[in-house]
Amino acid sequence: MIVNQNTIKDLASKQMRIDGRALTEYRKPILVETNISWTAEGSARVQVGETVVMAGVKLSLEKPYNDTPDEGGIMINAELTPLSSAEYESGPPGIKAIELSRVTDRGIREAKAIDMKKLCVEPGEKAWFVIIDIVTINDAGNLFDVAGLATLAALKSARFPVVDTETGAIDYKKKTDQPLPLTKEPLPVTVYKINGNLVIDPTVEEEQVYEARLTVATDDKGTISAMQKGGTESLSIDEISMMIDLAQEKATFLRGELDKQLQ
Amino acid sequence: MKVALRKVWTRSWVVNKMTYSKRLDERKNDELRPMDAKAGVIPNADGSAYFRAGKTTAYVAVYGPRELFPKFKQDPKKGLLRCHYAMMPFSGSGERIRPGTSRRAQEISMVMEQALLPVIDLSEFPNSVVDVFVQLPQTDAGTRCAAISAAAIALADAGIPMKDMISSVAVGQVDGTIVADLSYGEESYPAVVSDIPVAMTHNTKQITLLQMDGEISKEDLVKALDAAKSATEKVYDVQMKALKSKFSVENKK
Amino acid sequence: MSELLKKEREIVIPGEILAQGMDFLPGENTYRENDNIYAKALGLVYVSGRVIKITSLSGPYVPMVGDRIIGKVIDITMTGWRIDTGTAYSGLLNVKDATTRFIKKGEDLSKIIAIGDYVIVMITQVTSQRLIDLAMREPGLKKITGGRIMKINSHKVPRIIGKQASMVNLLREKTGCEITVGQNGLVWVRGTPEGELKAEGAIKRIEERSHESGLTESMDAFLGGK
Repeated sequence: MIVNQNTIKDLASKQMRIDGRALTEYRKPILVETNISWTAEGSARVQVGETVVMAGVKLSLEKPYNDTPDEGGIMINAELTPLSSAEYESGPPGIKAIELSRVTDRGIREAKAIDMKKLCVEPGEKAWFVIIDIVTINDAGNLFDVAGLATLAALKSARFPVVDTETGAIDYKKKTDQPLPLTKEPLPVTVYKINGNLVIDPTVEEEQVYEARLTVATDDKGTISAMQKGGTESLSIDEISMMIDLAQEKATFLRGELDKQLQ
Repeated sequence: MKVALRKVWTRSWVVNKMTYSKRLDERKNDELRPMDAKAGVIPNADGSAYFRAGKTTAYVAVYGPRELFPKFKQDPKKGLLRCHYAMMPFSGSGERIRPGTSRRAQEISMVMEQALLPVIDLSEFPNSVVDVFVQLPQTDAGTRCAAISAAAIALADAGIPMKDMISSVAVGQVDGTIVADLSYGEESYPAVVSDIPVAMTHNTKQITLLQMDGEISKEDLVKALDAAKSATEKVYDVQMKALKSKFSVENKK
Repeated sequence: MSELLKKEREIVIPGEILAQGMDFLPGENTYRENDNIYAKALGLVYVSGRVIKITSLSGPYVPMVGDRIIGKVIDITMTGWRIDTGTAYSGLLNVKDATTRFIKKGEDLSKIIAIGDYVIVMITQVTSQRLIDLAMREPGLKKITGGRIMKINSHKVPRIIGKQASMVNLLREKTGCEITVGQNGLVWVRGTPEGELKAEGAIKRIEERSHESGLTESMDAFLGGK
């Protein structure tokens, strides 16, 4: 763990970082492993540098919501575990976990990444509900991006469980080879502004000294499906435009890494 | 009279109908599921471990000794050990587990503490706490045993003073046969079953965790505990390897 | 009929038997039971005469009088500053122990040292309840400005310093940085960004290999030789 004294801001103005990376470079290694939990319908473990996050998909059959009788549902929930950092305590989710859950959720939900209509089994009666749980294993910074990557990898690896055609009961111990109806693959990338410079994949120390940040979820066509500005200072429209460009570029990079490792 | 008759009936039924001669996963009676473990897997923690027994896996992180809040819980004579057992929402064998604690998780947290305390010496750290966090990504029976075995590795990795290692595995009886490391199928086998999670010290084979579910006679219980001696030894070998290989791996870098 | 069962520098885990018989004496991180000596922590075996001890490779820093440590200011009180020592116990730096200059009553202490600042201080007292008193009046003790601070395990500090400061001097020479090593495992490095990064990498490497012998020579080679 490196604790630092305002050097981060000075270095940023010289296009440098404390660990020697370029401002827009992701840490190494980037490792993606799927099917790391046999009890989950889909699961992934993603590592970027020393940050490690796991995500798991559970599917269940429920009655659809009244206003969408021919659609299934999705929910994303994140837990910042005390296992992963001395900063987190046991107990109900704090605001950081809530923000991570909701931003990751919107990135998938608003992209309509999952065809909800294809999740319907019997209109008004039964549809598949997809719940993704994100669990942090080691927080060394940039949970937004790593959690987003883990979520997508888990969704891609998910397979429907076998359903007994007579009783309608789910046999969670048996999986079909049918994947989720994914129409898009959105990935969130968070761009930080540190001393006026744009920075990607911050460490925990860098996360303490930024002016503002922008999380942008984009799919492979560059379409934006979610955005979240954080930080206590403002951003100009030009800055936002630059951050979006950078986020799209980096999402493409991450997508490439994901594809490479999912083969 | 009724009780005595029932006892006789159970025993003779068991003796006459020893159907559990081959284990569901074809292991030998004293054979444990494949295990592996690694120490120092969570950089932020003071000590950590990963432990797997069959399809049950656990991550453990140790933070401490650190300042204990609330202050009224502080002990001026020694540090406190606090275990926090949790299953990831997608780690159950059926439906999703709602996040948050459960009574089962709290009980396991407590028996974990009691399984580890007999060998831990926190007298040099008054008013402090050593927190042990457990998260299981997937489970298939023997979760508390895996958690305890992993926690012992993580505590040693954290440099906490410990007189001995604690190794844990469930022994039991399935339809008359004494077995080690029960799988989920064995725990729920349709016959007389007893599931006995045990934790033992290595040097003196003292028991620090003992729980039991099911039905068993005293004679068979003693046999099962005897089987636990060699079963926990096998866990100990895995734990030792995890701790020592942390240094030889780095040697090769 | 005593017998030593482990070799020098062998790695042992808690509870491993180190020696049999009453000829040996239990040193640091060991204990005797029934004529045998056992390890009480994960670490390396060292034998000095008849005393067997285990040098821990991890574990909390135990504050000792006379130690120089690096700490973070977490609170300002009426009489001084509260310092996070990186342990379960914070330390108190009294104004009168912090500086030789005269401090007026009611002077704003945060103008001297503010919350969030890091300081190099010396431990002057440790009570049984681990209340720690600190002082900052001797040469070399001061508020830290610039550079970066790393945290390593306090048990590795002797390897970072080396015999007669050989290792830390090697690091200073090869990286061109000022390096101050706190006994509590916080290390302050100040130089050029490249030099600091090099020093950081070197210190991490020493930390990982602290159980190896011949470390000073291998670090010399790692840092670029003569």
